[in-house]
Amino acid sequence: MIGIEHYVIVSSVLFVLGVLGIFLNRKNVIVILMAIELILLAVNLNLVAFSSFLHDLTGQIFAMFVLTVAAGEAAVGLAILVIYFRDRGTIAVDDVNQMKG
Amino acid sequence: MDWSHSLRLVAPEELLSVASLVLLLGAAWARCARDARAITWLAVATLAACAVMVAPTAFTAARGPEVLAFGGLFAADAFAAYAKLLIYAAAGASLLVAPAFFEKLRAYRPEYPVLVLLAVAGMGIMVSATNLLTLYIGLELNSLAAYVLAAFLKDDDRSAEAGLKYFVLGALASGILLFGMSLTYGFTGTTSFTGIAAALQGGVSTGALFGVTFVMAGLAFKISAVPFHMWTPDVYEGAPTPVTLFFASAPKVAALALTMRVTLDAFGSQVAAWQQIVIVAALASIVVGALGAIGQTNIKRLLAYSSINNVGFLLIGLAAATPAGAAGMLVYLAIYVAMTVGGFVAVLMLKDAAGNQVEQIADIAGLSSHRKVLSACLAMIMFSLAGIPPLFGFWGKFVVFQAAVDAGLLPLAVIGIAASVIGAFYYLKVVKVMYFDEPVMKVTGQSNWIHQALLAASALFISPAGYLLTKCLGGLAAAAVAALLHAA
Repeated sequence: MIGIEHYVIVSSVLFVLGVLGIFLNRKNVIVILMAIELILLAVNLNLVAFSSFLHDLTGQIFAMFVLTVAAGEAAVGLAILVIYFRDRGTIAVDDVNQMKG
Repeated sequence: MDWSHSLRLVAPEELLSVASLVLLLGAAWARCARDARAITWLAVATLAACAVMVAPTAFTAARGPEVLAFGGLFAADAFAAYAKLLIYAAAGASLLVAPAFFEKLRAYRPEYPVLVLLAVAGMGIMVSATNLLTLYIGLELNSLAAYVLAAFLKDDDRSAEAGLKYFVLGALASGILLFGMSLTYGFTGTTSFTGIAAALQGGVSTGALFGVTFVMAGLAFKISAVPFHMWTPDVYEGAPTPVTLFFASAPKVAALALTMRVTLDAFGSQVAAWQQIVIVAALASIVVGALGAIGQTNIKRLLAYSSINNVGFLLIGLAAATPAGAAGMLVYLAIYVAMTVGGFVAVLMLKDAAGNQVEQIADIAGLSSHRKVLSACLAMIMFSLAGIPPLFGFWGKFVVFQAAVDAGLLPLAVIGIAASVIGAFYYLKVVKVMYFDEPVMKVTGQSNWIHQALLAASALFISPAGYLLTKCLGGLAAAAVAALLHAA
């Protein structure tokens, strides 16, 4: 029988993978955008699982809002990335170092 | 609670949303710099109208069930009104200083005021949120507009990089916050703040404790408290200066007000679960803010560390977890906004003969020899940020420390005061460079009357004359806190 704890464990693993994807990634910024999506999807899984477990619709409504905002966030993120690429000609994470200290 | 009553309560947010959409439409037809300026003034007028709308709520200390809109998703109470007034003032200042700055770079676009209005609408929702869902929508509306604003100078390397960094770390913060909210929802069974407070009354389960911790970490990112501050100096340095002014003031007020509502209302029945986190974050912010600023050569970066430092002092008021501490935070926030706006306006007024911005501290050496009023104002702002007594900045620190001592947090207050002495070093260094170093005569450009008026207004507010306002500010803050804590 798959219970609520299994869902919470899976979503926690996805969340940690997403956070590690941001911090350990040294390659390019697109991977960071993917990691952010992974975090949001982990949250959605959590919300839907809790919603079903609690017999309460709020969690599913919340998940719909998160999906919508995630779409907007991806659009803004990609737009900023395009501007950045136009200026610098690279999207490697190691090159994002104009300012330091 | 009928629908029309709810719509009346969210009137300022409605006006902001509609105005920003209409102005966006206007922006599509804007051709020249004059059109962009006209749209900016319309946006300022919108903010003024919103301020007029919310002012009565702040002054009549509105609270209770009649200020709840949409079945308890949104509260237009005195607390929200107080924060909104500060937000509107700060956003108005960032709009007023923008045209002169961007026109010099031939980069002013009418989308700037539109984005600021959208961010302000989001911040209004944040400070009024009484449900995790409303909180998230407000926070994201604010953040998405802010990411674009950071990258507004799209042909400038540093601005694009600031936008990228702000986006990545802001999205991470939202993710962490959201994960915490999902756990809180799962382990308390509700997303409403009153419901969460009731569910946590009996004790906090491990799952809910994880939820609280993640929520606190996400909020710490948004207010740039240590250890989640690393984006702040880069973003503040890279973003165009009017945008930095905006970031350092309005969203900080919104995020701190939001943090107060979440901790004192939703998690208010389990103070022990978050008090330790706040104490550590407060001390770390004060120390890191003070030490990090010492080696800086760029004045915007210096002010970024100064804002981290100030967030630490604000969190001392929150750590007290008493009504007096919360009221002290609100008073401090008002003074902080005036100091920040004044500081960045002064930075905007530092221009060389060709009208380019001067940002290096070394370039303002001997400023007092040829720009007496400007250097006097900047010195006053620095002294006030350091919390040196005759100036109003001292009062803000005094009220939060007093609240902390009254709450039995004497060690916290002692370490905080010791660290603020370290902090005074770099503020005084700027004053020393301006007054005692060999003049380099770099800052010779003229600034326009809007900058001068804003600088004069904030200098007057933080001057000893500001103490005339202590009673009024204290009364408003106390009423706001009473509304926040549902006091009888």
